[in-house]
Amino acid sequence: MATPIIETPRSGRVAPGYSRSSTSRSNFEMIAWLFMRISGAILVVLIFVHLYVNLVAGDGISGIDFGFVAGKWASPFWQIWDLTMLWLAMLHGTNGIRVIINDYADKNSTRMWLKGVLYTATVVIVVLGTLVIFTFDPCPVINGVAHVADYCPTP
Amino acid sequence: MPKTLTKSLTPAGTLYRGREGQWSWVAHRITGVVIFFFLLVHVLDTSLVRVSPEAYDAVIASYKNPIMGLGELGLVAAIVFHAFNGIRLILVDFWKKGPKYHRQMLWGVVGLWAVVMIAFSIRHLSHVFGG
Repeated sequence: MATPIIETPRSGRVAPGYSRSSTSRSNFEMIAWLFMRISGAILVVLIFVHLYVNLVAGDGISGIDFGFVAGKWASPFWQIWDLTMLWLAMLHGTNGIRVIINDYADKNSTRMWLKGVLYTATVVIVVLGTLVIFTFDPCPVINGVAHVADYCPTP
Repeated sequence: MPKTLTKSLTPAGTLYRGREGQWSWVAHRITGVVIFFFLLVHVLDTSLVRVSPEAYDAVIASYKNPIMGLGELGLVAAIVFHAFNGIRLILVDFWKKGPKYHRQMLWGVVGLWAVVMIAFSIRHLSHVFGG
């Protein structure tokens, strides 16, 4: 039996699940495609170092506590590192999920709702993470009680 | 608007071509989704440092139990595959010979992934189970 010729998506006859109304004339999708490759390459470095420092070096996961985070964020180097990682990873991940929604949700309204939820979650997480990195206090005073740690001034 | 499939004996246009190309693409999507949902949770748990040291330490303590330890192993496995396969994808797109060697590169990705994961598993599990 001869091998059937399978056409590429959106060429010739298109299965109903694949049909989308085209509305955009901009090169947004090309920019998004390029962004995935550039951010992906940077994220490999950022995340591999993050995993090495937090899970492999020293006591690994056993050594992670409030003091560990405080020690890292005492340095602007790790603040900027984590901030860059947060933004790039969230945008990279959000665009990935956006593409998956576009691929599998056939109805216009379903795609719109799913992307609405996605973008809301993205904004909340990015804003929250950014605020936490910049407003972090390694020696907080909660209800008048100062946090006790060897890196905190004694009251 | 493209013509829509009604009834035909020949298959309609599709992305699915089978073999290494399709399955690495499926694995890239699945690992990507897993990593994204972990990332949402990870930002939330880290944000507890802004609530109180005790709140953060309490939640992080739950990451140290053996079941979560195995979950972290799975997460790192997903991240390492996604990273190496992502580099392969970049090579397929930008390197002249990328499309020609995409299958060989996938086996390179799988081999490199196995080496990294064996090393990481020994280290991480000794932290999780070694106390």
